[in-house]
Amino acid sequence: MSWFKKLVPSTIRTEGSNKKVTVPEGLWNKCPSCSAILYNSELEKNYSVCPKCEHHFRISARTRLNLFLDEQGREEIAKHVKPVDPLKFKDSKKYKDRISQAQKQTKENDSLVVMQGQLHGQGIVVAAFEFSFMGGSMGSVAGEKFVRGVNKSIELGIPFIVFTSSGGARMQESLFSLFQMAKTSAVLTKLAEAGLPYIACLTDPTMGGVSASLAMLGDINIAEPNALIGFAGPRVIEQTVREKLPEGFQRSEFLQEHGAVDMIVDRREMRDKCASILAMLMANKISMTESSLTAVSIDAEQTA
Amino acid sequence: MDLNFLDFEQPIAELEAKIKELRNVQSDNNINISDALKQLEDRSLALTESIFANLSDWQISQVSRHPGRPYTLDYVEHLFTEFHELHGDRTYSDDPAIVCGLARLDGQPVMIIGHQKGRDTKEKIYRNFGMPRPEGYRKALRVMKMAERFGLPLICLIDTPGAYPGIGAEERGQSEAIARNLFEMAKLRTPIICTIIGEGGSGGALAIGVGDRLIMLEYSTYSVISPEGCASILWKSPDKAQLAAEAMGITSDRIREQGFVDEVVREPLGGGHRDFKIIASNLKEALIRHLAELKQHSLDELLEKRYQRIMDFGVFSDDSGK
Repeated sequence: MSWFKKLVPSTIRTEGSNKKVTVPEGLWNKCPSCSAILYNSELEKNYSVCPKCEHHFRISARTRLNLFLDEQGREEIAKHVKPVDPLKFKDSKKYKDRISQAQKQTKENDSLVVMQGQLHGQGIVVAAFEFSFMGGSMGSVAGEKFVRGVNKSIELGIPFIVFTSSGGARMQESLFSLFQMAKTSAVLTKLAEAGLPYIACLTDPTMGGVSASLAMLGDINIAEPNALIGFAGPRVIEQTVREKLPEGFQRSEFLQEHGAVDMIVDRREMRDKCASILAMLMANKISMTESSLTAVSIDAEQTA
Repeated sequence: MDLNFLDFEQPIAELEAKIKELRNVQSDNNINISDALKQLEDRSLALTESIFANLSDWQISQVSRHPGRPYTLDYVEHLFTEFHELHGDRTYSDDPAIVCGLARLDGQPVMIIGHQKGRDTKEKIYRNFGMPRPEGYRKALRVMKMAERFGLPLICLIDTPGAYPGIGAEERGQSEAIARNLFEMAKLRTPIICTIIGEGGSGGALAIGVGDRLIMLEYSTYSVISPEGCASILWKSPDKAQLAAEAMGITSDRIREQGFVDEVVREPLGGGHRDFKIIASNLKEALIRHLAELKQHSLDELLEKRYQRIMDFGVFSDDSGK
């Protein structure tokens, strides 16, 4: 205790000598990067990006979709797809219990939320991973929802975007989850065949089976600043190679330098950036559909 | 302790050692102990039968990694003819952890892609313990495209602990290399038969494992993460690998129950390493049969079926009524 504090009578002291400063839950937040104390509502207004050091806080799937999509015309896709426990998996806890705990905690059915909506008025389908749901791990549900989202894109002829945030495949579903890597990659071949753009937006963290499937297959791969992105986790690599990993290893900037992502985009600019890119990628597509529509109407007139 | 035998095989190893000794005695001294020898051989056989009839999932996982287990190049030797190995990804280097090449299966030209482990320490290191780097997967992709162009069926032999977790592998895009193969294999216009011959280790296995048929050898395993890896994450201790192996259901029979496997190819008593010829001929028969079935479909049908097969992966509930 400092000499000054000793001088102050105990009745005036606002804190006990050993007590930590207690901050009311949910009002303030501390930036893990620069330790700045941030007022939560200010932080939220700033897209959960630290105004001092631009650290990007992890955000929930729904917050992500709220920030990204226009307010009008949102509709959730495959909302009722829910997890089951095909292997009756049990470690220290039953998989079933882990699911219901995660569902209670996050108010989501599983780790992926898919929504159809608009981005600056352009139709789009967006999927976002919920990292708080068992580490954003991909099991059968995430795979199925991803597929239905992409199919919706194809049906409507609009682009597809995913925001990843995941530790990888979900161990509790073993092969069922491993094969979601094949499933999500396969459905993207159909999106490509339909000539529709796919943007993979990689946020912290994007690892393992999610990284080694849908995340790396974007026509455009975008990363948020300083996100951890890679196949194997840093600890596993360190144990395998028995070397210290270089500074910034597997961070967004490292990935851009090594050619894995096209660009790093600040969350606050994500909407505008994606809208601008998609408008260009869709420019010929739209005129093509328009011309084919005109062709159809001419045909119709002629037959009439 | 005989290192060519696993822990639970040690009683067999002891018997086998005795038999060998007796044989030597017999040939040296010209005495007739064939009755005793025969008895011991019968006992060894019975012991092997009883041990292998009741293998736990974890023991099967050990057999799948048995140091004597036949690897891709052993199958190349015993099952195919006219093998021409193809090296390199044309971009960075050649990865010895994946072997690719042209060969004939019962006279028909095919393209082979397989993980390769090493037998002795030097070769183990050379083959990186069967753990591919991105250039391995990109070499595989290159020959897949070639197979497609020349109408050659693709035979994939899977046997890896996983894709290599290394600094260089990450720098050169391990994730992208795996993802790209999953994407391309889903629409590759040629029949693909994948066989797990040993360890099917996660994404590193799947990256050459998407196709029209999945065959597993009896004592092979396939899982999303190694039992040790799963145990150290979920049980916080790699020693609980046994429990993890059971929980994940990684053996050929369990995976067939899960509906992923088209055929489990039986192995000789005591595992494939006891007799390469038997296991190779069993697998050869299965490959020829499946290939003949696949060839009855047009390529469009084949691809449609493959796509549907991939889309059917997964179990979930859906109460929207759709």
